[in-house]
Amino acid sequence: MTTAPTTYAPTTSGGQRGVAVELTGLRRSYGPVRALDDLTLRLAPGELVALLGPSGCGKTTALRCLAGLEDPDGGRIEVDGKDLTRVPTNRRDLGMVFQAYSLFPHMTARQNVEFGLQLRRQPGERRRARAAAMLDLVGLSSQADRFAHQLSGGQQQRVALARALAIEPQVLLLDEPLSALDAKVRVQLRDEIRRIQLEVGTTTLFVTHDQEEALAVADRVGVMRSGRLEQIAAPQELYSRPVNDFVADFVGVTNRLPGHAHGHAAAVMDADVPLLSGSATSGAVTVLVRPEHLAVRPDAAGGAEVLSVSFLGAHARVVAQVTGGPKVFVQVPSRAVADFSPGQRVTVTPVGEPALAVAREEA
Amino acid sequence: MVPFFAYVTVFLLIPALVVVIGAFVSGGRPTLGNIRALGQPAVTSALWHSVVLSAVTAVVGAVLGAVLAYAVSTASPRGVLKRFLTSLCGVLAQFGGVTLAFAFLATFGATGFLTRALATVGVQSGGGLWLYEWDKGLMLVYLYFQVPLMLIVFLPAVEGLRPQWREATETLGGSTALYWRRVGGPILLPSFIGALLLLFTNAFSAYATAAALVSQGSPLLPLQIGGTFTSEVILGRENVGKAMALAMVVVVALVMTAYAVLDRRASRWLVR
Repeated sequence: MTTAPTTYAPTTSGGQRGVAVELTGLRRSYGPVRALDDLTLRLAPGELVALLGPSGCGKTTALRCLAGLEDPDGGRIEVDGKDLTRVPTNRRDLGMVFQAYSLFPHMTARQNVEFGLQLRRQPGERRRARAAAMLDLVGLSSQADRFAHQLSGGQQQRVALARALAIEPQVLLLDEPLSALDAKVRVQLRDEIRRIQLEVGTTTLFVTHDQEEALAVADRVGVMRSGRLEQIAAPQELYSRPVNDFVADFVGVTNRLPGHAHGHAAAVMDADVPLLSGSATSGAVTVLVRPEHLAVRPDAAGGAEVLSVSFLGAHARVVAQVTGGPKVFVQVPSRAVADFSPGQRVTVTPVGEPALAVAREEA
Repeated sequence: MVPFFAYVTVFLLIPALVVVIGAFVSGGRPTLGNIRALGQPAVTSALWHSVVLSAVTAVVGAVLGAVLAYAVSTASPRGVLKRFLTSLCGVLAQFGGVTLAFAFLATFGATGFLTRALATVGVQSGGGLWLYEWDKGLMLVYLYFQVPLMLIVFLPAVEGLRPQWREATETLGGSTALYWRRVGGPILLPSFIGALLLLFTNAFSAYATAAALVSQGSPLLPLQIGGTFTSEVILGRENVGKAMALAMVVVVALVMTAYAVLDRRASRWLVR
């Protein structure tokens, strides 16, 4: 699989108070492993960009290079037009929230938030007011005098966010800040991070391996693999128009259906599926179809058999085995759950939404 | 739990009771005479020497051991150097008594290897007599097990420092020096003082090394206590020895209480 071009310009913008960030041709290797391979990324002022990818794809290395915690082997880092490539971390004017356990344990929440302001020699009165405002922003005014070990994981991350924002950084860096939290708190805090980011307008780079998280909070999401950006786009576009099968597989659930391409469409399961640009246009292909882009109906003479039916709240999922073909996932309205049961014969067909096709090697 | 309580009873409670009761008994009758005897110049002087010896070797051992622990913590976690040093310190921390005294005598004594070697090149080290003095040679010998003990006790605390704390300090605008002054140092302080107190009690209660090396008089409290049981000159002072042991128990109990308080705070900060 050839990788997509690695130079992208922002297509959306957030608030107007932030600064532009530009990583150009960043390279970083650990021995023989290339963690960053000529990475170029631009963040518009006030934009929140999420870097998404599997472990070891280089997303954290990119963030740490921007923070100055890692030195790139090559390339350039610019923030607000200034070259920061060789500037030490403590002079970069960045705020960073780590995965977990980053609060200073011998200080209260308030003292943690005031720490960066003390380093900037802000007068006591102003410092205390700013810390109080930041704790209020993250909803923890009542916990100001608690130490880290007296706060829950979610509260600790809120304090860490308040501490990072208190110094009014040019850029906010979020290094998987939700990954150590339980599911419910994760959703709450991710929404809160987005609310606060929109409120303060700080340009933000958010690293995560959770695609749902990235799609939910970011203006744009960059999918990384082997130190390179495979695609960066608005969440909607990334989901509906992936540029390759890696992105399609990594973002959302994808059915890999065998088909035959002929021009701008492919024959799949007795139906024609229009193909997205970048698809293979002839010969045997694998067509990547989302579960909601398949239809399933009971049919005693159908070519598939239901394996399981799962109720997922707003919708339901039917898993069926196509005779002589792949196992497919089909999304159906939750009220349709009663129509299907394991062992039942069904017919599965694509609904005709555009999909990506990649060339398939015949066995 | 039964084996545990049996062990504690036989090796801790009963000896402690023997000491406490014995300190207030003489000739089968209750008395405060043994306690009053603690005010004798020989006893107060021995107590003072013990405190000085323990304090000096604890402070020097703690500082050297802490530096060594930090150096070891920066080595590769699964590297040979780290495993070798921690194993070596595990052995050396328990390497006291007659064996250690003999090792020093054989090296620095009047006819020790190093003393003779230096003499052949014209350097006179005073015949190695300094080695037998409690405030010179004994301090050096004690450091031989105090420094490794500090490394073993303090290393987990140093390794408990999270890299995120340093990185957070840097992103907030702080330098390395500021990190140590405002973050790393204060976080390690309770562990450091706790370990220092542990070293103090370790030296304070040591007997065998001092007994093997110091043969003139009983300048330290443990040697004074030993003397009350083994002296062929002064008889019938066993219960004064128990009163001295009680004084040591009180000192150690106070120090260990402070240690426990500090350790509790450190364990909240440093999840090991």
